[in-house]
Amino acid sequence: MFDAASVMVPSTQFTLSGLTVSFDGVTVLHGVDLSIGRGEALGLVGESGSGKSVTWLAALGLLPAKARVSGSARLDGTELVGASPETLDKVRGGRVAMIFQDPTSALNPVLKVGTQIGEALSLHRGLSGAAIRAEAKRLFDLVGIPDAERRLSAYPHEFSGGQNQRVMIAMALAGKPDILVADEPTTALDITIQAQILDLINSVRREMGMALVLISHDLGVIAETCDRVAVMYAGRIVEEAPAARLFAEPRHPYARGLLHSLPPLGGVRRKLVSIPGVVPDPRALPKGCAFAPRCTHVSDACLGASPTLRSPEAGRRLACVLEPENTDQRQFEAA
Amino acid sequence: MSATLLTAADLSRTYGSRRGLFGAITKVRAVNRVSFSIGAGETLGIVGESGSGKSTMGRMALGLEPPDEGEVRFIGQPIPPSGTPAWRTQRARMQMIYQDPLGALDRRLPVITQVQEPLDIHQLGDSANRPQRAQEMLARVGLSVEQMGRYPHELSGGQRQRVVLARALMTRPDFLVCDEPVSALDVSIQAQVVNLLVELQSEFSLAMLFISHDLRVVRQVSTRVAVMYLGDFVEEGDADDLFAEPLHPYTRALVSAAPVTQRMPGHQRIVLKGEPPNPANRPGGCSFHPRCPLALARCKVEAPTLVPVDQGSGRRVACHLVEPSMSTSNRAA
Amino acid sequence: MLRFLTIRIGRAMITIALVVTFAFIVLRMSGDPAQIIMGPEAPPEVIAAFRKAWGLDDPIWLQYFHYFGAILQGELGRSMRDGRSAIELVAERIPVTLALTLPALAIKIGLGIPAGIYAALHRGSLADRVVMMLSVAGFTIPSFVLGLTLVLIFAVKLGWLPSGGQDSWRHAILPVITLVIGGAAVLARFTRSAMLEVLGQPFIRTASAKGVPWRDVIVGHALPNAAIPTVTIVGFMIGTLIAGAVVVESVFSWPGVGRLLVVAVANRDLAVVQCILLLVAATMVTSNLIVDFLYGFLDPRLRQNAGKAS
Repeated sequence: MFDAASVMVPSTQFTLSGLTVSFDGVTVLHGVDLSIGRGEALGLVGESGSGKSVTWLAALGLLPAKARVSGSARLDGTELVGASPETLDKVRGGRVAMIFQDPTSALNPVLKVGTQIGEALSLHRGLSGAAIRAEAKRLFDLVGIPDAERRLSAYPHEFSGGQNQRVMIAMALAGKPDILVADEPTTALDITIQAQILDLINSVRREMGMALVLISHDLGVIAETCDRVAVMYAGRIVEEAPAARLFAEPRHPYARGLLHSLPPLGGVRRKLVSIPGVVPDPRALPKGCAFAPRCTHVSDACLGASPTLRSPEAGRRLACVLEPENTDQRQFEAA
Repeated sequence: MSATLLTAADLSRTYGSRRGLFGAITKVRAVNRVSFSIGAGETLGIVGESGSGKSTMGRMALGLEPPDEGEVRFIGQPIPPSGTPAWRTQRARMQMIYQDPLGALDRRLPVITQVQEPLDIHQLGDSANRPQRAQEMLARVGLSVEQMGRYPHELSGGQRQRVVLARALMTRPDFLVCDEPVSALDVSIQAQVVNLLVELQSEFSLAMLFISHDLRVVRQVSTRVAVMYLGDFVEEGDADDLFAEPLHPYTRALVSAAPVTQRMPGHQRIVLKGEPPNPANRPGGCSFHPRCPLALARCKVEAPTLVPVDQGSGRRVACHLVEPSMSTSNRAA
Repeated sequence: MLRFLTIRIGRAMITIALVVTFAFIVLRMSGDPAQIIMGPEAPPEVIAAFRKAWGLDDPIWLQYFHYFGAILQGELGRSMRDGRSAIELVAERIPVTLALTLPALAIKIGLGIPAGIYAALHRGSLADRVVMMLSVAGFTIPSFVLGLTLVLIFAVKLGWLPSGGQDSWRHAILPVITLVIGGAAVLARFTRSAMLEVLGQPFIRTASAKGVPWRDVIVGHALPNAAIPTVTIVGFMIGTLIAGAVVVESVFSWPGVGRLLVVAVANRDLAVVQCILLLVAATMVTSNLIVDFLYGFLDPRLRQNAGKAS
């Protein structure tokens, strides 16, 4: 099912296989196979309901108790699905840190930001007292919050959204993680601030040799940040490839549709090639390929079983029975 | 340019804002002496970040909010004060589309009833014909007959926004203000609604004020685009030209910061330092100077005015560094 | 902060003044105290003398003026019934009432808040459903029904506990239980919904994602936030410590402030009623002030004042 060799992951560090999630009997994630190598930047792109966030919340045991998670999520040999709370608490914020979409509500409103960072420092680095303060200050400097000493005593509502995302990043870095999972980290931010935060994430990643999982609906953000991209639709990965190749030559009809849906910033304006219809309800997924009802290339073969991810070429995985000719490649141009 | 439909002259809007529970009231200038005009069937896109005053502009253009200074004229006439009968009559010709269609719709009524409602309110057409006209409009925006009888919560976000559009068009308005109409939608749905908007605009020869933070969407629908920063228009021009060759340093940063899927080789992203200041603390001089990578001493003291830089293209820029005579070829890199 | 304090205290004073005025108006309009205290058969000259002695013949605005002036001097008048100082009469009842309401409050908090937290943490479980069912029952059953039922079972049928009076600690058991059941139910419900709201907030997930053990997420992150709405209810309960037991005291013949109030109202004993109302208003207003300050302490967003914003 999962052919790790074909995607050339440099010394795989985190491997998901057959990761499946259901809520109240409704399956929202249908056996995701994915891996991330040391220091790699992996993008996960998809629309709401595609399962891109659920995948990582499930892998880290962060879903509510009613979620049923099966399959496997291994971090260097440690199985995380069904792991003890102690194991998970050591991994979370330690080897794998997470940041979220709306930084201001992701921080506890009644605790000073210094306290919130200090918590991570004492949990994962065993620091206390003055050492916490010194290290928190260093992290604030690192993420570019001016006047760090004083600002550590401030509360989240005293910061702007962009600054709070910097706080979140500082907090994520506190445990010296190997992997940073960033779930729509810039979606709630203005464009110029978004650029700052992406720059910051990129620079700390390089500096610390950290791997990055970037979850986003924004193809541009993914393209500019990631080495490798997986496109998700209705709880499955439908295509995965190195970023440059995926954006230059998407092969799954959904991935292509998504790219064409994006209005270009330059060049001739023409009607957008949109994907007809809406994302299916997970409670009533169509038979066969979940994208079939919206697919312009649909054929009888699509309506049988859900297509499996296979590797049509080295480094690329694709879940489409059709493998349509690349006829409409020409339509796609530099955005 | 086609016949002018709406003109705004020197519009300003100031809010009193309190800091903390008992803080002193500070004046926040949300919109600062902004002038523009929109021709019939033309779309003026407004881009800006949060706090740039773009939504306030939209409300003032519809007369939903009175300007403190300046005036909005619709077909040569001043807009009547909000709430008066004259204003309500005129509102049939001007409609607003918001970001959240669920909030704009009544949860307790089937959507077709709500689409018919404007006809009943403004007593338009034969009452027997109204249900049919509502149905036609809903079909035009792409709803199936079965979906028309549903309640708002039974529709997807994109379908709801189609309903809101249909309702807005029932009175055959000349002018539509859209405030972030597709920002809450997924990319594939966003493309559907953007396409629909562009079609409807030419079909109904609508003039639009299209407000969004999303440069791509704004470019896709707009004839002309104005860029707002801290309540000022810093640049205005033809949509394609403006994004192809932004002149104001802020516009240049915005355009270069917009993430794209394929970078041209050698592209250097301009990452602005700092954040937009609080509108309550407008910097003196050019309001952009603290973040501007090119700011001169003059920018700190003297506020630039929005002046035409090229008669041919109608581009206007508010920047000391952009000379009026400057042609696009010898522009500083 | 000083400004905040002055404004709040000023507002509290105005509230008390309004309550006092309102009480004055209502009591004067609802019947002639002289007639009621002296009895229907009293000869007119006796009544006239009584009226003169208590200043009841003065114009109403003058009575109000005297009355308000007296209050400002701390003089709350004398009981028309036995001539004793109203303050003294009320003051000797306060500890009697507190003997019921203080332990009741402690038990309400001790039961209600943990039950609410537990129910929220085990949402949908059997325990949650039981707590919620009990709490609905607890605050829908009126306290006199509950009190009488308890008397019927534990005093009349089983004979385990006395049905009324104030002779020993055993006499306090049933009234305290009656007070606790309603209050604990309200608190449990409130705490549960406050907790659920907080647990759904993104920052709870952030704390977990940071590796904070679940127990510490609850204690360190969820509770401080859930405490903010819960404090309102507890504050309200503190406000009812003195006069919140009127019904229960009546049912169990407990000679506290509530009983005194009932008797005084029945007798149109103006000074006593006014004294109690003033006391009630003062405790309510004080507890409100305490709640406001607790808010400021618990929620930094309310603490923010001019110049501190970045």
